Amino acid sequence: MAEFEPVLLANIHKDDSHTLRAYESFGGYAGLKKVLGSMSANDVKELVKGSGLRGRGGAGFPTGLKWTFLPKDHPGPIYFCLNADESEPGTFNNRILMEEDPHQVIEGLIISCFATAASTAYFYMRYEYPLAWKRVQAAVDECYAAGYLGKNILGSGYSLDIFLHRGAAAYICGEETGLIESLEGRRAWPRIKPPFPAVEGAFRKPTVVNNVETAACVKQIVDRGADWFRSIGVQPDPNNPRDPGSFGPKLYCLSGHVEKPGCYEAPLGITVNELIDNYGGGVWKGRKAKAAIPGGISMGLLTADEFDCPLDFAGPGKHGCLGLGTAAVVVVDETVPMVDFLHNSCQFFAHESCGQCTPCREGTSWALKMMNRIKGGKGRLKDLDLLLEIGDNIGIIPGTTICGLADGAAWPMKNAIRKFRGEFEEYIKRTNPDGYMETHPVPVLEIIGAH
Amino acid sequence: MATVLVDGQEVELAAGERLNGIQAAARVGADVPHYCWHPGLTVVASCRMCLVETGRRDPATGEITMLPKLVPGCQTPATDGTVFVTKSEKITAARAMVEEDLLIRHPIDCPICDKAGECSLQDYHFEHGREERRADLKPFTSRRRELGDTVTLFVDRCVMCTRCVRFSREISGDAELMVVNRGAHEEIDVFPGFPLDNKMSGNVVDLCPVGALGDRDFLYKQRVWFMKSHDNVCAGCSTGCSIKVEENQDKVYRLKPRENPHVNQWWMCDEGRYGWKHVHDPSRVTLPRRVGKDGFENVEWSTLSGELDAKLSASKRIAAVLSPHLTVEEAYQLAKYVRGIDEQALLVLGPIPTEGQDETFPNGFTIRAEKCPNRRGVEEVIVGLAKALVTWDDFLGRLSDEAFDAVWVTGGYKSNWHDESVAQKLSSVPLLIVQDSFASPLWDAATYQLPSATFAERDGSYVNHADRLQSFKWAVRPPAGVTTEGQLYWRLLKSPGLYNSRAVLDELTRELLYFSAAAGGNGDCGIDLKSNRLA
Repeated sequence: MAEFEPVLLANIHKDDSHTLRAYESFGGYAGLKKVLGSMSANDVKELVKGSGLRGRGGAGFPTGLKWTFLPKDHPGPIYFCLNADESEPGTFNNRILMEEDPHQVIEGLIISCFATAASTAYFYMRYEYPLAWKRVQAAVDECYAAGYLGKNILGSGYSLDIFLHRGAAAYICGEETGLIESLEGRRAWPRIKPPFPAVEGAFRKPTVVNNVETAACVKQIVDRGADWFRSIGVQPDPNNPRDPGSFGPKLYCLSGHVEKPGCYEAPLGITVNELIDNYGGGVWKGRKAKAAIPGGISMGLLTADEFDCPLDFAGPGKHGCLGLGTAAVVVVDETVPMVDFLHNSCQFFAHESCGQCTPCREGTSWALKMMNRIKGGKGRLKDLDLLLEIGDNIGIIPGTTICGLADGAAWPMKNAIRKFRGEFEEYIKRTNPDGYMETHPVPVLEIIGAH
Repeated sequence: MATVLVDGQEVELAAGERLNGIQAAARVGADVPHYCWHPGLTVVASCRMCLVETGRRDPATGEITMLPKLVPGCQTPATDGTVFVTKSEKITAARAMVEEDLLIRHPIDCPICDKAGECSLQDYHFEHGREERRADLKPFTSRRRELGDTVTLFVDRCVMCTRCVRFSREISGDAELMVVNRGAHEEIDVFPGFPLDNKMSGNVVDLCPVGALGDRDFLYKQRVWFMKSHDNVCAGCSTGCSIKVEENQDKVYRLKPRENPHVNQWWMCDEGRYGWKHVHDPSRVTLPRRVGKDGFENVEWSTLSGELDAKLSASKRIAAVLSPHLTVEEAYQLAKYVRGIDEQALLVLGPIPTEGQDETFPNGFTIRAEKCPNRRGVEEVIVGLAKALVTWDDFLGRLSDEAFDAVWVTGGYKSNWHDESVAQKLSSVPLLIVQDSFASPLWDAATYQLPSATFAERDGSYVNHADRLQSFKWAVRPPAGVTTEGQLYWRLLKSPGLYNSRAVLDELTRELLYFSAAAGGNGDCGIDLKSNRLA
């Protein structure tokens, strides 16, 4: 086992770790008392800003900076949404926190709300998390009973209500503005920006959306200080003035073909190799790894040669991946055909595309249909170029969609085909020996003949 | 003053003017294709057809910095220093991609689609699409279902621009339409048991950029390229929506709203939209007749005006009933004509049909209870010439103690507008001229029956409830045998040549102060006659 002492996951294996009694016995809510007793909202904001905490939901946006985007001296209400719609494939760090240590999350949430002057918090939880739902709801009830929530918390004059909201069971509900739309009772179609949620979010009021793990980190920063947080992780790249660094512990969700899958806490910047070998007990069944997803399927794919990639916010990007994402590492062993991998990925995104923007709605569905055909032994070599063309042209990076779902759909396509093109070509030639060279479009008359 | 740079050309914005990229580009004649954006609806920026490049020009140095990615023109505001580029390789590729995407599941059944010929998907594909189809997928057949009594949905033709959904939420306010399912399985639908049945439902068909929403009244009646479009004004109520009458060979096929920010914006109600059926009603009267020895006998139009003129000139006391369906020019001509014979001729405002209450929609569009287009105009002609307004009821009341030698009644109403008792009261008049489109008790009691025109056949102007005068030309010729009111009065007044409504309006603007604002022409959107009125 590694030498790093878990912080966020320190208490998850203890008895009744989800109860208030147990949590307080580990020193819980001391941080909240300290904040409410001796700190101003601005102090907390500055503390978090100084810690260099970056959002744990996937995009890695600096949390303190996000809070400062709220309008100054706003008459309120300001809303706080805790994004617990954890639906990135391979990701389960929020679930463990919510199921085993919900009070840590709630304490972080209350502190975050205090810092942003929010009077109402919405805990938007993924529909498919029944145990987490029960545990968090019980924890919220305990907090109300103990005076940590409600009117005039601990006599500080600060009041906060938390509403647990059960998600609408779609991947897109985890997108910041999709979540807000869903919370308001509408289809989770992401909103166009500007206005950004910090200016006009839920119910047209300033809104902060933070991830569950981010809230837990806020609690730890309050307890242990910004310097402690900055002592862990990776310093900013001196050659890149826009790199804010990757500080703090991170929950890595290791799954796929490893001996011991699970959620492990490690300092940011651990490499894929270290994670697999030190935590995951190596690739299973004594096989070799072929590839790994660095942080949720939408981040793309690392080949086994790239496993020395440090898993910090900047690392996977250097190997052509989209980023760290949710730090959900899924290991793929040598027996898995990449065609199957990409087919699975395309299936997910075609299913989850919300259907608002044309390029994503049609692009993901077309890609899936092509992958279906390739898998069915009717692939053509030109399909690979078409898939790459779709991948290169959908998403917010080229500017053709509203939200980043399409980027997430594009990256596995781009990475899998560019990094494993030989395997794809070999598969197509082997399964479609007579037709793999076909390039002609479907005759127009055949299209009209559909009627 | 704010200056925007579009494709290298400077566009000056007026103070307080808010344009987006599509509108700013239109100022320099650059057409940015779009599906989901509509000036009357909220912006969703989801079709991604209007992608442009944008950047900022530094006001001090003039240096331009462009954004690396494409942005939707509809969502990008034009402010001082904004730069738009609407033609570049990147944009061309993006448009081709969106067109290709939209056609992947589109049935491409243009030969049997009502929208063909006026379809954005078709037009943009010719302009921006690829030459070949790369998706080797066979599209679905176009499933069809009724959304309500007026609109039918061809499910697979839809491009999910959601204009219709936003319309039903933002404009008509009943929110019947919604999107069901997700991703490529999305469809427009209504909730079971709650059909699309608001009074503005027909507008969603105009909004639909493709052939997904079909107007059940118009479906499969005419190919759009055979039709000619004529600017006109709706005669359904006193709102006076600007419309287009679309016809082929003198048969009206549909009415469409015409943009007019002062009156109806982009919309019209279903009552107006489908309220043209009387134009082609087979029971319309089409022959001028007079009472002869053995009942009615036909009269030639060529001799009619001389005959009427002779008979009216012999009459001492004349009354003319001016229908609120007449244009101001027609009302003025008839009034002028009868006053030329009898200086004290009584000018009566015809009955004003009303129905229910004014109905206002969330965005302010109003269907008025007053079901005639020109009460204000005719009223002002009467007041201007006779100084006093005599209403239809006043006139009927005066009939018992006042004798008229001749009464000229104009009708033009869509439905029954009087009963037997009215005919009784007027039956003693020696010369009763009734001009109408449908037979009625009064028609049967007339000494002269003159067929009249309908709104689509008239030339002239209406003044709506808010004193806005809008002029229009005829869209279809009246049925054989019918001479329009304007032409007949023109002849009676012995004016030279063919009826020229503009000449009559010019005369009117000189004669009556109320109409003076219309002197210099009145444009596509009409003119507010109140603008010349003293406060």
